[in-house]
Amino acid sequence: MATPVRPTEKAGSAPRSGREPGRWAGLAARLRPRATFARHALLALVALVVVVLLLELTGPFRNSQFATMSYYAIAAAGLTVLTGLNGQISLGHGALMAVGAYTAGLLLPAGIPLLVVLVIAAGVTAVVGVIVGAAASRLKGPYLAGATLAFAVAVPGLAIHFDEALGGEQGLAVPSPRAPEWFADAVYFLSANETSSAKYLAYVGWTVAIVAFLLLANLAASRIGRIWRAVRDDEVAAELAGIRLSPVRVLAFTVSAACAGLAGGVLGVVVRLAAPTGFTIVLSISLLTAVVLGGLGSLFGAVLGSALLVFLPPAVTNLGASAGLSDVQSAQLAPFVYGAVLILVILLAPGGVVGTVRARWHARTTAPAEAPEERTGRS
Amino acid sequence: MRRSRRVRALVALALGAVLALAGCGAGGRPDSGSGGGGQSEGSTVGITADSIKVGSHFPLTGVAAPGYSEIPTGTKAYFDWVNAHGGVNGRKIDYVFRDDAYNPTQTSQVVNELVLQDQVFAILGGLGTPTHGAVVDFLNTEGVPDLFVSSGSLLWDQPQKHPMTFGWQPDYEVEAKILADHVAKTFPQARVGLFLQNDDVGTDAERGIRRYLDKQIVAVERYTPGNTDIGPQMSALQAANADLVIGFNVPSYTALTQLQGQKLNYKPQWVYSNIGADPVLVGSLLGRFSQGQVTDNALLNGIITDEYLPRADNPADPWTAQFDAIWKAHGDGGALSNFRIFGMSQGYAFVQAMLAAGPNPTRQGLVEAIEKGGTQFQGPWAAPYRFTADKHSGMSGVKVVQVTGQTTKALTPVRTTSNGDAPIQDETAGETPVPPNGIPTNPGA
Repeated sequence: MATPVRPTEKAGSAPRSGREPGRWAGLAARLRPRATFARHALLALVALVVVVLLLELTGPFRNSQFATMSYYAIAAAGLTVLTGLNGQISLGHGALMAVGAYTAGLLLPAGIPLLVVLVIAAGVTAVVGVIVGAAASRLKGPYLAGATLAFAVAVPGLAIHFDEALGGEQGLAVPSPRAPEWFADAVYFLSANETSSAKYLAYVGWTVAIVAFLLLANLAASRIGRIWRAVRDDEVAAELAGIRLSPVRVLAFTVSAACAGLAGGVLGVVVRLAAPTGFTIVLSISLLTAVVLGGLGSLFGAVLGSALLVFLPPAVTNLGASAGLSDVQSAQLAPFVYGAVLILVILLAPGGVVGTVRARWHARTTAPAEAPEERTGRS
Repeated sequence: MRRSRRVRALVALALGAVLALAGCGAGGRPDSGSGGGGQSEGSTVGITADSIKVGSHFPLTGVAAPGYSEIPTGTKAYFDWVNAHGGVNGRKIDYVFRDDAYNPTQTSQVVNELVLQDQVFAILGGLGTPTHGAVVDFLNTEGVPDLFVSSGSLLWDQPQKHPMTFGWQPDYEVEAKILADHVAKTFPQARVGLFLQNDDVGTDAERGIRRYLDKQIVAVERYTPGNTDIGPQMSALQAANADLVIGFNVPSYTALTQLQGQKLNYKPQWVYSNIGADPVLVGSLLGRFSQGQVTDNALLNGIITDEYLPRADNPADPWTAQFDAIWKAHGDGGALSNFRIFGMSQGYAFVQAMLAAGPNPTRQGLVEAIEKGGTQFQGPWAAPYRFTADKHSGMSGVKVVQVTGQTTKALTPVRTTSNGDAPIQDETAGETPVPPNGIPTNPGA
């Protein structure tokens, strides 16, 4: 989970140069697998343990917040790969999530198992992603933003137009699956806690998220990831190197859309409803802000950004209420603070949380002769 | 060689982590006792010897906030008033309402917070069909009383599936039946057009209207919320020569139909449902949509609509006078509006239900008390509820009124009916007198 997608491949060994490795550092270096996949898999395992600890140590309300955070994180991860690695902007990811949520809502009542439904939701959304991506691959910058914006506005309208099948304005109820017996028993075995439905959904969401993150991290470190970055950094140079731009862009969009569809499926079962009012343009923009706040191009940044989306508004509202504001005023405070945070981050730390921390780290550990690398967020 | 040693070390580490986790755990379930707990009959979550915690969700920000965000301020003022007068059986009401921005995803988050974190005893008056629809399953599985939903949808009347959920305002079908019956009797020659929101509001309304006006209907036009171009629909109504149009739409579309009608020089007799006819809100929308060309709500003069609560602009009504006094004592300084009266009336209804549940209320006890005595609960509302063990629908009727200038005049007495082919009757009980201080007494006593 915590794999920052590195802008350059050699960043890993830079910090230790010129220093005698300590005993523990030596041990860590020896334990650290050299194969990329093994390294990512180890991180995923650690992430899984962290998730289990967090979910078992917190109450049902925090569990439900973590469930919410999981689907934002999956969608933001897909978007950060698209925007940060391939340099395409999308204001249509909220609509892609709608495709996933509605797919889940239509398939779950048929008795298909949850995991299969989620995979199908990702697949269906990927197909939509191919179509949108094919149109988008000819566009750049504001034109691409405009096209995906139109997509985001149009899709919720479809649900209202086909109200017989999709439930119209009041939405399509998504049956929320209960924890299977073996799962509840396993959790009880580990922690002596009962599995509430919120906790089960949080486990499902985070398991899906970790798998998605693992796949994305590997993809980003692979040849395909390098091609995406090449296209992002310099189109002409990439073309001279024999890369055809259009298929590369369509592939990036498709992978990103599949993530959004997966996130939409998880959203459906967590919210228990797929309704057009849940997938307005606001959702697409929140995802984009999450990615920018966390640090463009970084998977860990996507997690941080989605945590802000979930935990900041209620925290601000409660702070406002305890400061003596009326309930209405403290509710209005939340979007205000969110906007203020966004403006401050863009002004003071345009690389987002991860980008800023990484720049500081490099500035401190790299020899003064070497220029600090700060390429995150540049497209 | 090195590689396999590394893998072995990793496996050992992972195993160690799992063992450490398991060590903290129970290792297995105790054999006896199925547990369950929590949701049993006597749940008193959110209630103590001197307090009751109640929660709700409303759009306080975003496009749906104007008007609707005033409802919970009314409820809060009413509860503050009740608390200042000793509370309910000595318990003070602690009312928490949270913002869902009319987005079901957010509704689900804030209701999770209300139920799991704030530990409310009940949810009161959650607003909106798609928004509340996202939480109704959750509230019923958690066993939280889900009282008086602020929506006229028929969804809340499913006592088998949703035993904790109760409606409140007259549902769209009941409202449509009474309006259509009035039109059929008063305008028997009219060529009737329908202007319907393209969702359950329109579907429920059309079912009710067709019972009385099936033969008179010459055109049915629908609009999709969010699409503000209603030119084609209005032209179609005009082309069909409809000289009376019944609209079941939200307030912004009342303003849009009036402005579009002016543009087309098409002036049928308009009949609007209660949800679309708040004169203050529609008046301000008319000003905004026409970019200042229409400055008052004179366009609304003569339209027919219906009412089921006292009106803010009618201080002669003893209920309005009482609510005005409460608002002056505990309000936030704004004007008393119809939305705030709506919220106060829900507060009144909640206090009444709590009193009926007895001195030691439980969640289940509250639901049973409403099912048992609900049809007898009286208050500022015009017509009685239909609450029984088999039916969880709210008010049974409305009175038909006509807008004249800044106020309304009654065209019919309060009339009541129910869903399906239930007949329409005149309500004979008359207006409920205001109890001392505007606080209900135990209806069962």
